[in-house]
Amino acid sequence: MLTLTCPYCGVAACETELSPGGEAHLKRFGPGSSDDDFEAYLFLRPNVKGVHFERWRHAMGCGKWFLAARDTATLEVFGTYSAQTTEPPPGIVEAIRAKRPDWSPT
Amino acid sequence: MRRYSAFAIAREAARHHLGWERAWASPTPKASYDVVIVGAGGHGLATAYYLGRNHGIRNVAVIEKGWLGGGNTGRNTTIIRSNYLQDPSAAIYEKARSLYETLSQDLNYNVMFSPRGVMMLAQTEHEIRGYQRTAHANALQGVATEFIGPSKVRELCPIINIRGPRYPVLGALWQPRGGTARHDAVAWGYARACSDMGMDIIQQTEVTGVRREGGRVVGVDTTRGHIGCGKLGIVVAGHSGVMAERAGFRLPIESVALQALVSEPIKPVMDVVVMANTVHGYMSQSDKGEMVIGGGADGYNNYTQRGSFHHVEETVRALVETFPIISRLKMLRWWGGIVDMTGDRSPIISKTPVEGVFVNCGWGTGGFKAIPGSGWAMAELMAKGHSPLAAEFSLDRFREGKFIDESVAAGVAH
Repeated sequence: MLTLTCPYCGVAACETELSPGGEAHLKRFGPGSSDDDFEAYLFLRPNVKGVHFERWRHAMGCGKWFLAARDTATLEVFGTYSAQTTEPPPGIVEAIRAKRPDWSPT
Repeated sequence: MRRYSAFAIAREAARHHLGWERAWASPTPKASYDVVIVGAGGHGLATAYYLGRNHGIRNVAVIEKGWLGGGNTGRNTTIIRSNYLQDPSAAIYEKARSLYETLSQDLNYNVMFSPRGVMMLAQTEHEIRGYQRTAHANALQGVATEFIGPSKVRELCPIINIRGPRYPVLGALWQPRGGTARHDAVAWGYARACSDMGMDIIQQTEVTGVRREGGRVVGVDTTRGHIGCGKLGIVVAGHSGVMAERAGFRLPIESVALQALVSEPIKPVMDVVVMANTVHGYMSQSDKGEMVIGGGADGYNNYTQRGSFHHVEETVRALVETFPIISRLKMLRWWGGIVDMTGDRSPIISKTPVEGVFVNCGWGTGGFKAIPGSGWAMAELMAKGHSPLAAEFSLDRFREGKFIDESVAAGVAH
């Protein structure tokens, strides 16, 4: 069972308490952007087998959105962090590098 | 290839079964092929089979990372139906269902197609309206379904608790010629037929890269060396995103785990397939007597072929409510498969940004039922560059906003 620690309320929540929200750190392309950018933003996903950043909501707890770094091939969790970021914070990147030395953020 | 028949059984019985041939060859890969298909599951093998049978393209290799039929083909709940809402879906799923009717004869391999009937229970007013709409749409599409009332549901499947405490059964969408088939046999039958046509099925070989020259595919790198190809078909379900990355493009797909489980075998108690989408579970009884049970998919990206335990609990709880007699059944096996989900819950059978590369993916939680139709359409697309069955399922539909929304028919249960 997947357990993520909510960075806001500090509760180690099991997945029945959480709602998944898809890939994190998407850059929004709105009106005026090119069709290619808009399509990529809305639909195209790397769907990574490996290190994946994603959005979760502590739905049955504090109700807040947060972000998590997880390995989709092993279900290992590298850490969770605030949703108020546009890229993984250094602590998370370090935690991933410690276990996946050849990983680099794309 | 020696044909299977009642006579063959008698002949072999008389000589200690020493004359059975290997069903398919395991050749060493050639330097190049006209067509390479990545993925020897049902869809990949069916694509190869119809390339050979319908279009005369037989210089084909099917390359498989594991063993054939070892992915989702061997992990589903074997349900076959075509009661979808939108015209393009009804066309391809009904094509598949109708091909299943004669598939055992076509392949000379018993796929045990059993058109026992599929029933999708309506347990809310909203579902009644939804399924009545689907029944009307199916009537226009030439798919034989009807909306039946609770008394007919009870007659067809006496073990259903019609007056359930939370969600009484108010009716059902009934497809009498839907049913089940032996999932492994579908892969094995296609593999044997492909091998018989001279195609190479190369197992235990992973495609690690796609070679391109001037925007066109020229071959694939594998764990057994380079293999050249004129055209490449990527038919790898849950790993479509990974293969697309290797070929240099992205797909509107995310991979999640979907689970199923079977009970200990019991005497025959139901001879139809029942899907209860409101309470989130579906069940049928296999020929061995096991109750075959499926439920919802997880909501997060996952490549591990293991699902979340709480989904099993939800599914079993829903089914115990619907079928009280199973409450003391023990479960025998539980497994997961990685399904490739698109936003509109419809598949992708399409050309790609790389010339000569085609994808067949996005079947999500319901690919098994579509195998023959999917292979038929994909083969036509790869051979001729256009297929009427596949036309609406192209990759551009996301960009153009021409979705084929089957989230009601396909998003929950299969």
